[in-house]
Amino acid sequence: MTGTPLGGRFPDAVDSVASAVVPRPVVPARRPRHLGSLVWWIVFAIGFLYFFLPLLGTFAFSMRSQPLFSAYAVVVDDPQFAESLFYSFLVGIITIVVSTILIVPTAFWVRLRLPRLRPYIEFITLLPFVIPPIILVFGLLRSYSGDPFPLAGTDFGSNVLLVAAYVVLSFPYMYRAVDTGLRAIDVRSLTEASQSLGASWFTLLVRVIFPNLRVSLLSGAFLTLAIVVGEFTIATFLARPAFGPYISLIGGNKAYEPAAVSLISFGLTWIAMGLLGLIGRQSRQKIQIAGAH
Amino acid sequence: MTAAPTTPPRGAPAARPGRRFSWAWLGVMPFLLFTLAFLVIPTLYLAVGSFENLAVGPKDPAHGTFTLQNYQALSQPNLADSYFASIEISLVTAIGGGVFGFLLAYAVIMGGLPRFLRSALMTFSGVASNFAGVPLALAFTFTLGASGILTPFIKAAGLSLNIYSKTALELAYLYFQFPLMVLIIAPAIDGLRKDWREASENMGASAFQYWRYVALPILLPSLLGTVILLFGNAFGAQATAFELSGGAINIVTMQITRLLRGDALNDPGIGYALAMGMVAIMGITIAAYAFLQRRAERWQR
Amino acid sequence: MTYLTLTGIQKQFGTTYAVHDFNLSAEKGEFVSFLGPSGCGKTTTLRMIAGFEQPTAGTISIGGTDVTHRPANRRNVGMVFQSYALFPNMTVADNIGFGLKVRKRPKDQIRKRVDELLGLINLPDKGGRYPYQLSGGQQQRIALARALAIEPDVLLLDEPLSALDAKIRVALRKEIRSIQRQFGITTVYVTHDQEEALSLSDRVVVMSEGRIEQIGPPPEIYNFPATPFVASFVGTLNLLQASVVDRATARLTVAGQEIRGSRPGDGDSERVTVALRPEAIELGEAGGSNRLHGTVEDVSFLGSIVRTRVRIGDREQLSFDQFNDPSLTASTIGDTITVSFPPEATLVLEGRASSDAVIEQAIAEG
Repeated sequence: MTGTPLGGRFPDAVDSVASAVVPRPVVPARRPRHLGSLVWWIVFAIGFLYFFLPLLGTFAFSMRSQPLFSAYAVVVDDPQFAESLFYSFLVGIITIVVSTILIVPTAFWVRLRLPRLRPYIEFITLLPFVIPPIILVFGLLRSYSGDPFPLAGTDFGSNVLLVAAYVVLSFPYMYRAVDTGLRAIDVRSLTEASQSLGASWFTLLVRVIFPNLRVSLLSGAFLTLAIVVGEFTIATFLARPAFGPYISLIGGNKAYEPAAVSLISFGLTWIAMGLLGLIGRQSRQKIQIAGAH
Repeated sequence: MTAAPTTPPRGAPAARPGRRFSWAWLGVMPFLLFTLAFLVIPTLYLAVGSFENLAVGPKDPAHGTFTLQNYQALSQPNLADSYFASIEISLVTAIGGGVFGFLLAYAVIMGGLPRFLRSALMTFSGVASNFAGVPLALAFTFTLGASGILTPFIKAAGLSLNIYSKTALELAYLYFQFPLMVLIIAPAIDGLRKDWREASENMGASAFQYWRYVALPILLPSLLGTVILLFGNAFGAQATAFELSGGAINIVTMQITRLLRGDALNDPGIGYALAMGMVAIMGITIAAYAFLQRRAERWQR
Repeated sequence: MTYLTLTGIQKQFGTTYAVHDFNLSAEKGEFVSFLGPSGCGKTTTLRMIAGFEQPTAGTISIGGTDVTHRPANRRNVGMVFQSYALFPNMTVADNIGFGLKVRKRPKDQIRKRVDELLGLINLPDKGGRYPYQLSGGQQQRIALARALAIEPDVLLLDEPLSALDAKIRVALRKEIRSIQRQFGITTVYVTHDQEEALSLSDRVVVMSEGRIEQIGPPPEIYNFPATPFVASFVGTLNLLQASVVDRATARLTVAGQEIRGSRPGDGDSERVTVALRPEAIELGEAGGSNRLHGTVEDVSFLGSIVRTRVRIGDREQLSFDQFNDPSLTASTIGDTITVSFPPEATLVLEGRASSDAVIEQAIAEG
């Protein structure tokens, strides 16, 4: 899992990887056309090679260290590896929690009471694409280095800035996931139903809205995690002991170990995406069940 | 007209609730305040600074006064070159990744390839479009760098590739560009309804005519929009370039990196202008993307 | 003179038959409907005529020419799709002119034809609009115009009205029929709506599970259904299980009460099914020589008619209709009543028609 250039993928891609929140219309069966399918096989083969050659190269490179797999052993034994990974995961989890607390009530409230505000909120959640991470961290450093909020000067302050920046990066994915999730559950009826049963706003959010959004939240969370763990740009300039800067650090200092770390990082990305796909598949069934009522 | 004076102005009583302060606004305040603190203020700080004269010391009375010098300084060969290089790399990888990604998505959706290849490709693409930054740069170094695994084969073929070059960076960017294209364009290709093809066949159109008059025009907003998005994706990239070239390549994000590490540009105002130039280009990019996406949705409803 | 001929058409998907031994000859200018529940093979048959599907056996000919193996884009048949299938990137005029454009007709000729057709479908000023700016009914009329623009030999309509509101459906139905008459074009119309099929067609083909159940003009289909399936799918029908008392005189018993059927059955089974239209039954004893006694289970007010459901014995039930007029006193639930009907109104069908399954299917289809 690594920091992607623009802080990850665009929201459309969220839907397409996970298909977690919107049930896609059934794709009509297409008639296979055998003529010319050779061309498409070749195209696929090129894509396949492009995808796997760098991984294969990295793996082969990591095997140059003797004995075999020793590069991996060194990496796993390195306390900094575990520490930085743990740190990044922790930051990722906190990011998801903060992002959820900010986004869910907002998206819920906008749907329920301020529908006219929706385009503006949507626009704001897209801003992180306009402000790339390098610019964001640049601005954060300049704004919060001096009075009245000298956050960048302390460890705690820098951690706050890191989480804040990641929360901003997560907005597009989280908002999109939650908003489509809310669309599927008919917020208004649920709200009126639970209020007529005497539930408070807090109970409503915690006992009714959150559980109904579990699938959307999970898919948004995994994407956020995939982006945050391994993010390089922001963590580096805030001088945080995160996984991304760690990879870069050993990349500059060691011979074979960086290859091992790269592949491990790739494996983590794969796991995150695999889980995302799994949730997507489950959610489609869930939505179907809900739709049968 | 004669009735007008006797009719009370419409909506006069209704105007009152609108003027009243709406408590509903409080519900979105936490989100708005957070955004203000950690997105808007930092960006505004750079935006304001880019118009201030910071070239002179803080004691100088001219310090902090309004100026356009910072933006004029962007025409310095070194800085202008970084913009041109960023734009060139982004264009090349956006178009290259866009074309190849489209072909790949088309191959698995419409090319008569087995069904499981489609889901395999979607999974690969999800992973690869996220596999960027430092590990990607390292993987390319180990594969194509000086002691890379594939380097002897490339040399044997009479070719050479400098891992610090623009070409190498473009090859690395393509690794996440074409999968992103696959992810975004696949639903659009799915959106081409079977009916349209059949209707066009039914009226006597050939396969070429179907593509020329129906399929391509329908896909065009999505295609263009996604390519623009890929452009932005490459334009804002920092980690991959930093790790692959060790910061040596002259693109905008590397200029800002150097600035932040304090080894270039002693005039912060120019740095702010540099950043705002990026924001402007990204803003145009995302706006164009959003516009085209809306157009595509209108048709595919 | 037969114009469209389907001979021994068969369509196999793997081991299942979507269409089995389908034979039909339609006259020039004839309006033929394929009627049946979804999955009965009617759409598959239509798509084979259009050339989108290849039959696994059999031949299709149009105007005496065998087109079985001709690709869809060289058949010159016009098709109207359930989902309209208008090209979203083209204006209404470009949609209608598309077939002529790919035929490389001169521009002014295309424009003339498009204007003509826009007038025909009563949308003369909508040529510059895009499909998404129009209502469903308007879009389907444009789809019809687009199919007619190429002057097709055969017009095919695949449930063209099922995505539309009830009111528009009836209006557009009339429009389709009048345009079809005006052009004298041989037409195949696929629908699961019996009212549509009966009101529009010269002949109806009732299909079930890939087979033709009956082919005939609407009155024949309605009044003389050939099979229990047709009887239950077309119209509202009471199906009563009966035992044969005397085959020669067509004496039967329904829940222990004796009635007479219209004709002696030709089979030899003990159990038969009596089909009876609601409108043939009268409350009281004036309706005919057959009488049945039962308990009123339900009375529904349907506007111009009142439909009463009566339970006969333990297991059988039937519904009958009364015209609604202010003097009508409807029965109350629980009343014991007598209904009557003439023997000629009954239709005796051999065997125990799997009425429930068939009716359920028919209800599910709307």
